[in-house]
Amino acid sequence: MTFSLFLLQGLLVPVLSPLCVGVIKKIKAWLQNRQGASIIQPYRDLWKLFHKDERISKDASWIFLFAPLVVFSVKVFVGWNIPLFSLDSGFFATSDALVIVYALALGTFFLALAGLDVGSAFGGFGSSREMTLSALAEGGFIFSLLTVALLAGTTNLFGIASHSLFDSGLHFVPVILAFLGFFIILLAETARFPFDNPATHLELTMIHEAMILEYSGKRLALMEWASANKLVLFFALGANIFFPIGLASGTDISTILIGVGALLLKLLAFCLVIALLESSMAKFRFFRLPDLLVASFILNAVAIGLINSL
Amino acid sequence: MLALISSPAVFSLIMIIFVVGAIGSLFFHQSDRWANGWSSVFALLGTFLGIIFSLSTFMQGKELFFSFSQTSFTFLQFSLHIDMLAVFFLFAISLIGFFCSLYGFGYVKHYYGKYDIGALGFLYNILLGSLFLVVTASNALFFLIAWEMMSLASYFLVVYDRHDENNVKAGSLYLVMTYVGTAFIITFFLLAYKYTGSFQFDVIKLQSDLIPVMVQNLMFLCAMIGFGTKAGIIPFHIWLPAAHPAAPSHVSAMMSGVMIKTGIYMMIRLFLDVLAPVPLWWGETILIVGMVSSLLGVLYALTEHDIKRLLAYHSIENIGIILLGVGSAVTFYALDMKSLALLGLMAGLFHTINHAIFKSLLFLGAGSIIDQVHTKNMEEYGGLIRYMPQTALFFLIGSMAISALPPFNGFFSEWLTFQSLFQGIAALSFSLQWIFMLAAGSLAFTGGLALTCFVKAFAGIFLARPRSVEVTHAKESVLSMRIAMGGLAFLAVLFGLFAGSVTKMISTIGQNLALFEKVEPFVSVSSTQTLELTGGFALVSAPALFLFFGVIGLMIFFLVRFTVNRKQRITLGNTWDCGTPLNARMEITTTGFARSIILVFKNVLKPSIQQAVEYHDATSRYMPKSHSVTMGVGDIYLKYFYLPLQKFIHESSLRSRIIQGGNINVYISYIFVALIITLFVVL
Repeated sequence: MTFSLFLLQGLLVPVLSPLCVGVIKKIKAWLQNRQGASIIQPYRDLWKLFHKDERISKDASWIFLFAPLVVFSVKVFVGWNIPLFSLDSGFFATSDALVIVYALALGTFFLALAGLDVGSAFGGFGSSREMTLSALAEGGFIFSLLTVALLAGTTNLFGIASHSLFDSGLHFVPVILAFLGFFIILLAETARFPFDNPATHLELTMIHEAMILEYSGKRLALMEWASANKLVLFFALGANIFFPIGLASGTDISTILIGVGALLLKLLAFCLVIALLESSMAKFRFFRLPDLLVASFILNAVAIGLINSL
Repeated sequence: MLALISSPAVFSLIMIIFVVGAIGSLFFHQSDRWANGWSSVFALLGTFLGIIFSLSTFMQGKELFFSFSQTSFTFLQFSLHIDMLAVFFLFAISLIGFFCSLYGFGYVKHYYGKYDIGALGFLYNILLGSLFLVVTASNALFFLIAWEMMSLASYFLVVYDRHDENNVKAGSLYLVMTYVGTAFIITFFLLAYKYTGSFQFDVIKLQSDLIPVMVQNLMFLCAMIGFGTKAGIIPFHIWLPAAHPAAPSHVSAMMSGVMIKTGIYMMIRLFLDVLAPVPLWWGETILIVGMVSSLLGVLYALTEHDIKRLLAYHSIENIGIILLGVGSAVTFYALDMKSLALLGLMAGLFHTINHAIFKSLLFLGAGSIIDQVHTKNMEEYGGLIRYMPQTALFFLIGSMAISALPPFNGFFSEWLTFQSLFQGIAALSFSLQWIFMLAAGSLAFTGGLALTCFVKAFAGIFLARPRSVEVTHAKESVLSMRIAMGGLAFLAVLFGLFAGSVTKMISTIGQNLALFEKVEPFVSVSSTQTLELTGGFALVSAPALFLFFGVIGLMIFFLVRFTVNRKQRITLGNTWDCGTPLNARMEITTTGFARSIILVFKNVLKPSIQQAVEYHDATSRYMPKSHSVTMGVGDIYLKYFYLPLQKFIHESSLRSRIIQGGNINVYISYIFVALIITLFVVL
């Protein structure tokens, strides 16, 4: 039973992630008065890509060939190590907050190298922008997790999720501030508005899409899937670290069903917020984005300051 | 057997080996091959014995006190004290020295016929020997002699490639900065002598409470400036990015890997051993220095396109990270939280050895590249992964380790550093908490920026298409160089995989210091290599990380490769070129890559652009002939610190010149006045 929970934990992120992308696209279509593609369209896209032949640049080295594997594996690894639906399904020696942050950085490292590897101007600039943003996002990311870690007394993510932070009502403000900080990082790391436009291939603005421009076939499928995974990872982190409600503890079927149901609801809520946000605001100018990231860091620093003065 | 190895005789034997290696290579200087072979064999032998000696001394846990010879002076004793802290640094020096010597054996060949190889061998062996003495000397004067030998040997190595004028300039800067540093160090020891009456470290330690508080504070500042100059803390770092690139690459690796760590060694020795107990503000100062050095070091690294200068700036950054560990140790110790202090010290020491490994690996990799492409300018590299695949792999491992990516060694020492800073945030009151918060914040940003910088460096060197013809002639380096780099890369993985065991060993080293005697460190290591903080604040297991990630990677590889669409065809084509023939000038350059982040930090980095246009007809200014753009970074240290200082010294020298009348009567009257004053003072 524990083993099947463990497997479910590992498979949940890759299985759900295309659905989330589909749901966001659907909501955005509705908001634009369009019918929109079916919510399972991303699955079909992946299936199609996996069955296509591949065309690879002559300039590509093994880094380019190897990167999709690393990037995708990192996302699966992280998905296995963060609380999703249950508190008893994780692998505790590797679910430390810093491990997760730096594992994601490993994925970013190979993604950026792959973008630079083929020597096209698009990929190079995509990587440059991506690294600029992710370097500045790191401070906010670590500090937002640190805020809740200090409250819970552990940096282990399952440990954090097992504390109900709202018990005394005292820590409401720090948690909300840290969540706001985290949400900014979420938008930056998952290449969403106002940081990046996931739907564009305009050379002047694209970031994530520019890096994977030269991929095709299976490797493109892995890259696309990995970025969808990252979206779900951040949704799950935001939901379960800051608002750990409905997480199953124990191996009882009904609690697990509740846990999975709660996760789906939370993901839906995040999809809705992202879709609304992307329909209602414009992308920021690139050099205004660092201000946003620094604001995230400051929000978290204030949150940590509040914890001890309470 | 072990007892036999860890004896003063073996240590003396190592010294003799270095001396024989040094003098022998001078003796054979007529023949390049003999000189190189002789010096390399003896350097290898000496460092190999050094590894065995330090390991066996560590395993027996015994301390060695001995003297080389009795002198008739009471204050100068050639006495050595090899305790666990010294053993740790001896191990780092011998380990890195071993691989650098191996590398040097192949690398030096390209100096054949150009320079005197005998001199290089001589200086290299002297450098190794003096490094051994610096970390073991227990008498201040003996220490200063070793320190001078180390500084001089490294100075001559910096100017070894003397046909390049820049190297000679860099050497002079290094020499000046070293002597400024040494002046502060001498002041430190003289002050200690005045109040304790001894130059022996153990006597100073016993009588350190005789030193008044104000003088102690003054001594702290002297030590911070003196040893900080050697370690390369900002703003005393200016020699480092100039001197490290100038030296031959295996020497750069030694300098960046271990020589600057002698500054860290002395800081730990003085603040956590000799001068203890310490006031709180010392720890806070070290933390602030660590923050500034780590953050600014990495920012300056981002602006560089000279591969070795980039690595040199990363040394400054990593010294900063080490100081964050050491600084939190000193702070916790001042607050009498010894268990946490030990955690901070362990983080610092672990990062010291890790940085020694990956930074020397990176410098050696850079050396191989420069050897083939004949330039240090990264803009003229590109695409080297095809021509030097093994060097590329080793450099990649080094880059990932220095960027603290799991599962390599750098991650685990940064994890420990983070945890000790987090403990500071969690355990201290608001007035002290903020400094740990800033430190953790700067460490977090440093991590992200270092990652960016190594994406830039690795991609700029190895990926995309060659940006100069030289690259297409490059070949993989010779075997000894590859073995040296491969060995270090293997160590970077090994120290990651066995981070638990290494942490455990380092905790033994920390507990050997008198103030941490019987103190349990705040982190414990389980039998399965799991690092766990006391009270369960955090835990991480390196083998589990390796295994878990490896299994997932392999599973996905086999699933994607062999189950989905097995009949897939792969065709090779051109990169999408938008219809114009693609050339290397369309790639992003390393300067371009880092430009946006430099602009984000423009208030700190002060980026500058100079444009010069030359016209065909200067009066009408319609037809530009050539257009040049020079991008740079403003040197705020030179502008706001060193130039005003130089101006001040220059002007006060001019003022004081008035007393130099040139008339002999005036001088005689000076002597007379001085005599009278002296008499008054004495009587």
